[in-house]
Amino acid sequence: MIVAPQKNGSTFGDSMLRKEDARFVRGSGHYVDDVQLKGMLHLSLLRSPVAHARLKSIDVSRAKAAPGVKMVITGADLAAHNLAWMPTLAGDTQAVLATDKVRFQGQEVAFVVADSRYHAQDALELIDVEYEPLTVLVDPHKALEPGAPIIRDDKPGKTDNTCFTWEVGDKGAVAAAFARPDAVVVKQQIFYPRIHPAPMETCGAVADYDRAMGKMTIYMTSQAPHAHRTLFAIVAGLPEENIRIISPDIGGGFGGKVPIYPGYVCATAASLLLGKPVKWMESRSENLMADSFARDYHMTSEIAATRDGKILGTRVHIVADHGAFNAHAQPGPEWPTGFFPIFTSCYDIPAAHASAVGVYTNKAPGGIAYRCSFRVTEAIYCIERTMDVLADELGMDAVELRKKNLITKEQQPYRSIMGWEYDGGDYPAALDVALKMADYPALLKEQEEARKEGRLMGIGFTTFTEIVGAGPGKKCHIAGLEMFDSAELRLHPTGKAILKLGVKSQGQGHETTFAQIVAGELGIPAEDILVEEGDTDNTPYGLGTYGSRSTPVAGAATAVVARKIREKAKRIAAHLLEAAVDDLEWTGDAFRVKGSPDQRKSMAEIAFAAYTNTPPGEEAGLEGVAYYDPPEMTYPFGAYIAVVDIDRGTGVVRVRRFIAVDDCGNRINPMIIEGQMHGGLAQGIGTALMEVIEFDETGNHLNSSFMDYQIVTALEVPNFELGEFVTPSTHHPLGARGVAESPTVGSPSAIVNAVVDALSPWGVRHIDMPMTPARVWEVLNAKGIAE
Amino acid sequence: MQIKVQVNGEAYVDEVEPRLLLVHYVRERLGLTGTHWGCDTSNCGACTVLLDGQPVKSCTVLAVRADGHAITTIEGIEHPDGSPSALQEGFRQKHGLQCGFCTPGMILTGTALLRDNPHPSEHEIREGISGNLCRCTGYENIVKAVQWAAEHAEESAVK
Repeated sequence: MIVAPQKNGSTFGDSMLRKEDARFVRGSGHYVDDVQLKGMLHLSLLRSPVAHARLKSIDVSRAKAAPGVKMVITGADLAAHNLAWMPTLAGDTQAVLATDKVRFQGQEVAFVVADSRYHAQDALELIDVEYEPLTVLVDPHKALEPGAPIIRDDKPGKTDNTCFTWEVGDKGAVAAAFARPDAVVVKQQIFYPRIHPAPMETCGAVADYDRAMGKMTIYMTSQAPHAHRTLFAIVAGLPEENIRIISPDIGGGFGGKVPIYPGYVCATAASLLLGKPVKWMESRSENLMADSFARDYHMTSEIAATRDGKILGTRVHIVADHGAFNAHAQPGPEWPTGFFPIFTSCYDIPAAHASAVGVYTNKAPGGIAYRCSFRVTEAIYCIERTMDVLADELGMDAVELRKKNLITKEQQPYRSIMGWEYDGGDYPAALDVALKMADYPALLKEQEEARKEGRLMGIGFTTFTEIVGAGPGKKCHIAGLEMFDSAELRLHPTGKAILKLGVKSQGQGHETTFAQIVAGELGIPAEDILVEEGDTDNTPYGLGTYGSRSTPVAGAATAVVARKIREKAKRIAAHLLEAAVDDLEWTGDAFRVKGSPDQRKSMAEIAFAAYTNTPPGEEAGLEGVAYYDPPEMTYPFGAYIAVVDIDRGTGVVRVRRFIAVDDCGNRINPMIIEGQMHGGLAQGIGTALMEVIEFDETGNHLNSSFMDYQIVTALEVPNFELGEFVTPSTHHPLGARGVAESPTVGSPSAIVNAVVDALSPWGVRHIDMPMTPARVWEVLNAKGIAE
Repeated sequence: MQIKVQVNGEAYVDEVEPRLLLVHYVRERLGLTGTHWGCDTSNCGACTVLLDGQPVKSCTVLAVRADGHAITTIEGIEHPDGSPSALQEGFRQKHGLQCGFCTPGMILTGTALLRDNPHPSEHEIREGISGNLCRCTGYENIVKAVQWAAEHAEESAVK
């Protein structure tokens, strides 16, 4: 096992222990639900028990008279303030509280504000709603059939359940490739099921309106506090300078805390109307039922290749189930399938085409980018599954097929047929590192032995490239806000510093990593640099943390602002040393006069002088701000190998080994990177083996608690074998790429490929996720190999 | 109903509704917000506290059930001088946490585990913490954190 060397320093590249842990291990982290304000009231939402129905009547009179109740609000009440509907990040509209119909089970219908959680919850029971049932559509294919009831009849002129259509690529070139006489064509239906990010902390907000000053402060589980502030200004009509979003410690986000949920808007409206602080904190069931889901892609994937395995072309058609409202959080409505066009991945493919139809169904709205840079998980799962189907068709080893098609180092910087310009890297060499770590020949031998003994053992592969770090701002935006990010750095007279960012950690360790970036640029120990995020009154404007964009964008902004400060520091040093600026050189923590090493000024001395001995003509102070708009995205890549065993009696799949070689460019804190890898791989195992949100035919949600929505425990994950591969990104001032999403992108296909590999002697080519014991056992039983 | 409980060594006498959950009593009445509320169904363990030394999920224990008993929350785990316990330090040393939301529950479960079994095997640790969910770490570093604490228990106790 290759592990990163433990370095005890506290600068760029060191496995420095995390600064934020001091509070977390003591339970003194401060999350939204920990906010307790004087006179604070509690809000609970009434949610629809049915998936599709017309609202006949709502009677709130009994609820209003219940103990402790201060307010009961329905959709009609919000409509009077023009707040019953809100725009989504996807350019659609979403009901804050239902006015005409309910369109999914769990949809927000009314809310109660009371003096305690318990009283608010009690009063919900006293609201009488009359629903007139309508035909429920849970299958997107059925929703597309002519004559299907129209779910979004709120949209004028809507005559079907399509929410978008989209295509990209050269259809003709692909058709020509598929028509070649020497082409071997495979076609596979692949379903990436609906799953949920399920962070340990659910979503919530405390809205605190100060009537005297007209100031609205909202503590909120937000991955993007600045963008949310602007959206609140637009939606609620509040002056933006009077809105302050504070995103305190966040208990995991994984993309689920990017959208604006009705609960946030309700808490804000209630506080505005009552002039008191109002807390809304959803339960786990509410989180699983109503907040944005992820995936739910029905893909038809095809590859044409020569008999010896060279890919000629690929095409995919997607039926994308978006639920009742299109509430995806892609970088702009121009990207209805996010970055799915990365689906040719790390392979040299001469022709490609993808098309999609988005569909409204009676399910919760979405779909968000769950630990993935905007539908990259779906894209990589699609191509990697189809690669194995092709290998099976050709009778070729899965590794050999990949090697035959991987983009080579010599082809970098490679421009993909989809128009992406990759940022360097040796993909075949990364695969070789993984193969060596796994000892592939030995694994094959072991598998041969296992098969002789009747044991089911599988080996699965994934090679992939991600695409992360959105912007560029001209291509990627949230509601028109270009996806730059920001850093403001201020050195104090004593040589310590404060760094303020437009992004927001949800556990990624920004307080440490970003301090290390500054340490690397200015030679100040990271311990002496305080990192602040999440408070829109006190940080520069940024677009937030998701899509692995913090290091690629805000990390770059941090490097840029530190370098600006270093330029000024150089002029101050020249003044102090009575030397010409051009005669100075930077040593990593000081400027010195070239040729006379004793004549030097450390950054701490320069910072002191910036406030006490300012050079003539120079402004006092040593601070700056940078807004960084990335010229290109970054492309982390990797090679993964999963080894699984399948129990013939129970269908239980055990992931015995998982080897992951990732290239995320230069590594700022290897310990944190490995932690991100572990977490993402565990989530990928959950996706592959157990996580799914399903509905019965009447739209009942079947996985609305952690009893039914299974996430992995310590018993289902192995110790991971991580390899290191470093190619500095050519698109980033620090050579870094971003890392946290690669493992969730690359691991599900490796595991499914391993399961299918174990069963391939019986003609199994594909099984849809999740590989639950029941589903695998069904396959074993059908093939007559169940014990 | 009136309850008398000891929380982190301090005695409290409180009037509570019979239906009040222990997690809400601890968090909202006593202001000990290190105990987190994660799932309502005792699956996630974010709300784990020790009741007479035994880990319980406080989202499914009524406050009145704690009457006459001693509760330990994450705020009561550190050494009297304010320095972290061996397990708290182990979580920091081995990067056993990311967002920190499950961490208090993990530390309480781990504390009871190490008290009953000072030198657990890796499997015993994995089994021991399997009632506490973590969405961030993939558990490997939590296992290492518990192992670190087992190795450093003595020096921590001396402190």
